[in-house]
Amino acid sequence: MEIFDIFLLEAVLNGLLLGGLLALLSLGLNLIFGVIDVVWICYAELIMCGMYAVYYLHVQYHWPLIAAMAAAIVMVALLGVVLHQLVIRPVLSAEPINQLLVTGGVLFFLQAAATLAFGIDFKNLGVSLPPVRLGEMSFSAARLVAFGAALAGVLGLYLFLNKTYLGTAIRAISQDRAVMPLMGVDPGRVFVITSAIGGALAGLGACLLVLQYDVHPAIGLSFGPIIFLICVLGGLGSMAGGLVAAFVFAQFISVGGFFFAIEWGYVIAFAFFIAMMFVRPQGLFRR
Amino acid sequence: MIGNYPLHLMILVLLWGYIYTSWSLMGRMGMVSFGHGAFMGIGAYTVVMLWNHYGVSPWIGAPAALAVAAVVAIVIAYPCFRFRIVGHYFALVTLALSEVTRLVFTAMREQTGGSLGATPNGALTEGASVALGALQFSSKWVWLAIVAVFWLGGLWVWRAVDRSMGRLALQAISEEEEAAASVGIHVTRAKLRITLVSALMTCAGGILYAQYQLYVNPDTVSGIAISLQMVFGVIAGGMFVMLGPTVGAAFTLLLAEGLRLAWGNRFPALDSTIYGLMLVLFIIYMPKGILGAALDAVRRR
Repeated sequence: MEIFDIFLLEAVLNGLLLGGLLALLSLGLNLIFGVIDVVWICYAELIMCGMYAVYYLHVQYHWPLIAAMAAAIVMVALLGVVLHQLVIRPVLSAEPINQLLVTGGVLFFLQAAATLAFGIDFKNLGVSLPPVRLGEMSFSAARLVAFGAALAGVLGLYLFLNKTYLGTAIRAISQDRAVMPLMGVDPGRVFVITSAIGGALAGLGACLLVLQYDVHPAIGLSFGPIIFLICVLGGLGSMAGGLVAAFVFAQFISVGGFFFAIEWGYVIAFAFFIAMMFVRPQGLFRR
Repeated sequence: MIGNYPLHLMILVLLWGYIYTSWSLMGRMGMVSFGHGAFMGIGAYTVVMLWNHYGVSPWIGAPAALAVAAVVAIVIAYPCFRFRIVGHYFALVTLALSEVTRLVFTAMREQTGGSLGATPNGALTEGASVALGALQFSSKWVWLAIVAVFWLGGLWVWRAVDRSMGRLALQAISEEEEAAASVGIHVTRAKLRITLVSALMTCAGGILYAQYQLYVNPDTVSGIAISLQMVFGVIAGGMFVMLGPTVGAAFTLLLAEGLRLAWGNRFPALDSTIYGLMLVLFIIYMPKGILGAALDAVRRR
């Protein structure tokens, strides 16, 4: 019985680590929705681009890992700006559903373009961190690093939004898009900056994911849906809600996967999501 | 005589045209479902699993599959409509549904073969080309006839809906739900009815697809990828005209096949890359799709 408990504890703690990572991944998407009111369905594909950037810069061009990661974050941030300027801006006044679908088209495009450019094989960064042992439990160091970096990212964004002038302007726009332009805030500029931050967060997520998973063109589909559901469960645009939802979801996946097969963990998490939608349609935290 | 390859293409165009038409019944009323992969998967898997494990004929398996799809549609859609889950939220709830079905099919690998997929047990005896009880036919002409009937049936339903009072009610709902309710439209009932029709037709499409290909796989009959394929096929062709979804199906298939014939397999994902790019451009500049825009151009003359 004692051994059983220690493995369950390990699953819970691993769920906690996964929760931190999911929280970071959903943060950028939430920020963009909250400010621009558009859901980037292709968010996970931006992360995929970042993972490829780290892989190619580090493995092919022998950049130091840290430099490759920094470059990847900048690249995905730029990609976010490009996405906003080329794709989102033309549909800002279109019907909401077109805004949702247009980024779905981008998802399709990025996934196919990645297949065309990089092939369908799984690419491994070849960096392996030793597992960390704690008593009889063992944890992946990559996950611990990801957890720490994710918390730092969440904290950094919080400070930026609450302590800087620009952050205040971003929050103001998210609260009232109609009045803020009258107060001298240029929404166009705020949107571009928000897209860059959202992209940078995707880039950071990419750096953390590439330490743990091989990159391939369809990888976005494997965690993209989870990120959306977390954002919706928390209340689209509510960052605090997103954080809570990320940890709840991660526990379902980790502990559910511990008792049954890993897919059942996801099934339970998704079923929980559907049920919660009926109980609290606006998410855990109403904006 | 027409060779097997063009026949195969025609069957696929009509079959996907039928499935896309089923999806568009909801899509054109502002209910963008990312969950239709679930209904297709339920159709495909229920029939194949009943046949493989219990020897139940698809003629009995099909009604069973439709019943399961109807229950799932009601269980998910009723609360959605009751609690006014619309737009983004509706899309994302249905997305969760299609992922749940895909994961369930994958997780039950003892029965379903997991992500490797499954093949219905062959029922065609030596020399025979028809196994009516097992719904297996080796002749592509038979399949063409079957899918053509379903496709025409789908178009008939589309037109029947288009001409009904219900369509006006649904359009009013998609514009402004509260206002529609205030003039006496039973919002939940109207939406639920069209959702059931759409889900059951898609389920039937899944059954046909599995029996024609004689292969089911969680990723090719359910999940987010197949759901998005339906959504985008309809958008490319035109959501608001009767033949739009069929044009979308023909366009995507011919684009893929045309590029394959032109360049062989040298550029494996070139067709999807071009398609993805065109989708983005369509949604921004031509939201009515290929057929919708073409009809507009003709009318303006």
